[in-house]
Amino acid sequence: MQFMLLFSRQGKLRLQKWYVPLSDKEKKKITRELVQTVLARKPKMCSFLEWRDLKVVYKRYASLYFCCAIEHQDNELITLEIIHRYVELLDKYFGSVCELDIIFNFEKAYFILDEFLLGGEPQETSKKTVLKAIEQADLLQENVDFQMRLFAGTVCESPNNPRCSVEH
Amino acid sequence: MPAVSKGDGMRGLAVFISDIRNCKSKEAEIKRINKELANIRSKFKGDKALDGYSKKKYVCKLLFIFLLGHDIDFGHMEAVNLLSSNKYTEKQIGYLFISVLVNSNSELIRLINNAIKNDLSSRNPTFMCLALHCIANVGSREMAEAFASEIPRILVAGDTMDSVKQSAALCLLRLYKTSPDLVLMGEWTSRVVHLLNDQHMGVVTAAISLITCLSQKNPDEFKTCVSLAVSRLSRIVSSASTDLQDYTYYFVPAPWLSCKLLRLLQCYPPPEDGAVKGRLVECLETILNKAQEPPKSKKVQHSNAKNAILFEAISLIIHYDSEPNLLVRACNQLGQFLQHRETNLRYLALESMCTLASSEFSHEAVKTHIETVINALKTERDVSVRQRAADLLYAMCDRSNAKQIVAEMLSYLETADYSIREEMVLKVAILAEKYAVDYSWYVDTILNLIRIAGDYVSEEVWYRVIQIVINRDDVQGYAAKTVFEALQAPACHENMVKVGGYILGEFGNLIAGDPRSSPLVQFNLLHSKFHLCSVPTRALLLSAYIKFINLFPETKATIQEVLRCDSQIRNSDVELQQRAVEYLKLSSIASTDVLATVLEEMPPFPERESSILAKLKKKKGPGAVSVPDLEDGKREGGELNGGGERGPDSAAMSASNASTPSPSADLLGMRSAAPMSAAPTSAGSLLVDVFSEAGPAAPSAAVNDDGFLSSAPPSEDPATLLSEADELLNKFVCKNNGVLFENQLLQIGIKSEYRQNLGRMYLFYGNKTSVQFASFTTTVSCPGELQSHILSILRATKPVEPVVEGGAQIQQVLNIECLTDFSEAPLLNIKFRYGGALQNLSLKLPVTINKFFQPTEMTSHDFFQRWKQLSQPQQEAQKIFKANHSMDTEVLKAKLLGLGTALLDDVDPNPENYVCAGVIQTKGQQVGCLLRLEPNGQAQMYRLTLRCSKDSVSLRLCELLAQQF
Repeated sequence: MQFMLLFSRQGKLRLQKWYVPLSDKEKKKITRELVQTVLARKPKMCSFLEWRDLKVVYKRYASLYFCCAIEHQDNELITLEIIHRYVELLDKYFGSVCELDIIFNFEKAYFILDEFLLGGEPQETSKKTVLKAIEQADLLQENVDFQMRLFAGTVCESPNNPRCSVEH
Repeated sequence: MPAVSKGDGMRGLAVFISDIRNCKSKEAEIKRINKELANIRSKFKGDKALDGYSKKKYVCKLLFIFLLGHDIDFGHMEAVNLLSSNKYTEKQIGYLFISVLVNSNSELIRLINNAIKNDLSSRNPTFMCLALHCIANVGSREMAEAFASEIPRILVAGDTMDSVKQSAALCLLRLYKTSPDLVLMGEWTSRVVHLLNDQHMGVVTAAISLITCLSQKNPDEFKTCVSLAVSRLSRIVSSASTDLQDYTYYFVPAPWLSCKLLRLLQCYPPPEDGAVKGRLVECLETILNKAQEPPKSKKVQHSNAKNAILFEAISLIIHYDSEPNLLVRACNQLGQFLQHRETNLRYLALESMCTLASSEFSHEAVKTHIETVINALKTERDVSVRQRAADLLYAMCDRSNAKQIVAEMLSYLETADYSIREEMVLKVAILAEKYAVDYSWYVDTILNLIRIAGDYVSEEVWYRVIQIVINRDDVQGYAAKTVFEALQAPACHENMVKVGGYILGEFGNLIAGDPRSSPLVQFNLLHSKFHLCSVPTRALLLSAYIKFINLFPETKATIQEVLRCDSQIRNSDVELQQRAVEYLKLSSIASTDVLATVLEEMPPFPERESSILAKLKKKKGPGAVSVPDLEDGKREGGELNGGGERGPDSAAMSASNASTPSPSADLLGMRSAAPMSAAPTSAGSLLVDVFSEAGPAAPSAAVNDDGFLSSAPPSEDPATLLSEADELLNKFVCKNNGVLFENQLLQIGIKSEYRQNLGRMYLFYGNKTSVQFASFTTTVSCPGELQSHILSILRATKPVEPVVEGGAQIQQVLNIECLTDFSEAPLLNIKFRYGGALQNLSLKLPVTINKFFQPTEMTSHDFFQRWKQLSQPQQEAQKIFKANHSMDTEVLKAKLLGLGTALLDDVDPNPENYVCAGVIQTKGQQVGCLLRLEPNGQAQMYRLTLRCSKDSVSLRLCELLAQQF
């Protein structure tokens, strides 16, 4: 896989992961082009398209589009399921994930992705194992956070916004 | 919502994100961001040392700002500081920032690498994983230099945790992709391959991506992975859907790993070991069988995962291309998918069938689905699916169904999506040309193309139809009639006007007998379009008009009137003005004879002529051009393929002598057209000349004044052209030195050397008898049917001695220059008197196009990119043939090197195959050639594929080489 992009129906980029070295300018150009292309497609259309010399695999979950660019010999259907597994992981972690979770906890979305995919290839496909790794990290974090909160004397209120569920 | 509270340790960050989201305008957002940046900058610069938490928070804010699309030029140092924090959460954010925002600031990289090194040696698996993730995310050369030797050790060490192994494997893969030279597997190879046997499925899943990539580059070193992969696959395929616990995905056992295993096997030829192969075939059959079973779940994830494996298995079957039974089953399976309700499956089935269509075993099976595919082209709602359908129709097209497919594609064009029209037009044009049996059908098809999608018809396409009409006299009348009718339409495309103008200018006389298309009617019809056309088209029409004056003297007055009017003769466009002035003058002062000569019908187009060659011909033919070029100097280097503008210029240049090609001539330069004879192009391309004092007959015959002039070699005494001449030629394709000929009297040895488009050949004539050879003359010439455009000039720098004493040897040197590609060989004629009897013999000189190869080294990536670029069907020539000689690897390699190309290692995923690349250097042009030779030891067969930037070269090389192995 060469890169993965998450963007909203309004075309706002929510997450970008590049597995090939590209300049910032090139990344922006690609993003603009792909977001436009994918958003222009109608709902029942096929999830694959040829784009430059790559294949693009995308799927929409509620308000978010997940979009991967893969090489020619890569398998489109299994990429579709990579997307789905990632959505499942987010869903399980955030508990019925929505776009806002990814906006406000973008670093978590990146950490989960790194546990699942590395260098563009699946590292661990077991949902349990990935989540265990993330939870362990959170455990380390919570100990620290607890101290921090005592120190700062505040507790964050979670953003109270309508949630959208993941379709299965 | 317990989960969310886990991530909200940074209140300031959440507030900032909320603020940004609440911004009503872009300006407000930028203002808020600038405020924040100023705040962070002051904090970072402030006197008060920041605690880890604050640092983390600010770095995170910077990251967020960057991800919004703004530039960030500070904070790197703070992020690097976070890396060395003992607190996991701080370290993690530091790494994330570095991964996303690293730049190649060398000072920073050194600090980062230090931190990574510490974490890698920390023995804390969580820290190690973070460090490995960072290396994999950045993957820069500096990191490869620092860690490429350390990571394999971590990967194979016995005490490494599974999760670290997984990260290490993919980290190494990333480094290998960016800096393959720094990742040396050597001693680790076998231990890495054995990760395929690891108990932990996650480790296998991660490792297989690495192994696949390494196998592609070093197939030999990794070939033990084949049997391991087969047995792993077999265990997964035969496992029950719950055996693999969490690695089962919607009732499909380990779909990711299965796909990867099947993908890995595609790096290799079918296993040689019978047992392994049997097991694999069994797996493939099981996968095909499972496709027929009722689904275990209605979820799309279940069917996607299952079908992902199925498609990968089909790819493997196609890759092997050796199991007819499996190929046909695969084809049937895809046939079912063609009508599936899932768009994705229909798309993939069409795509996959495209590759099946090129296998000889399944081509026919694919063809049975033609109606479904045509239906898909008509009814699919998604343009990308229709595109696939069009691709498949193109791939399955052959002589038997060409008319149907072309008709369907044409009718689809009328409503086709704009984005695919140009490609469709090219495809239709290629198919129509390739499978044209009846040229009126071809003309109809192309004219329809222009009518339906004129805007998308590129110059090459309409040039081509003109070339073909000019070259085939049996279709000229039909073409004239058809364009005349087409031009009747009130609104016709400008491309139609161009074709119409050109064809009527040449062949309008063929339909002038009919009063409905009398000369004046034709002229008025053309001229009615004139004012709506662009300048180049008007220029072309003016040329057509002057041709009319020649064809139909009765139109002269009318046309002169048109030329004389101010809008022509004082046109602000200098090209049009000049044409008008010159044509007017020409028509008024030249006699009918001169006019007839200048404006004669176009000679047949040689099979592609470069502008450089045209110039060269001009220089070479002082006497041949009776009227100087009208617009000499202005359009030099202009036209390549006989564009519309060529009209009068070329006619003048080539004056007369237009010979009509024989009907079997392969004007299209297409594999399928006309049976190949020894001279595949009537307009051949070899001009040979020997300025040999000893062979005075040669120059007059061989120096060709005019490209189109045909001249036979001197032959008062018909020489015996040795029947084995072709075999002699074949003997020297891959070598440059040896004995060319020997009988009881004479031995001819040959030594030659080539550099770029030049060559030098030494011929040694040895008298084997004890008696003198008298009147010894040698002549190098080119055979009668090929001269026109040149190829090679041979000049004997030293004439041979007229007498060869008994037992003596004389030497002759020939200088050779390749001007353009050619397919025939020059002839060497030798005459001498031996004891009163005249001896006369002719040999083919082993000058073949491959002699002018320059080897080209390239990487696998470059090779396949170029291979893809040369994907037009006529650029490829392929032959499957039985081995005539030893199939020994070393022998083959020696031959391929002798051919003159570079033999490329590690390019073809199948190590049995040979891949070569080279550039043929001719004076006018360089022709890139790619070659692939696939031996099949079992069947004692080869498949040879050539792709060259020039069609004729592919064909010729393919012919030459098929005799070599």
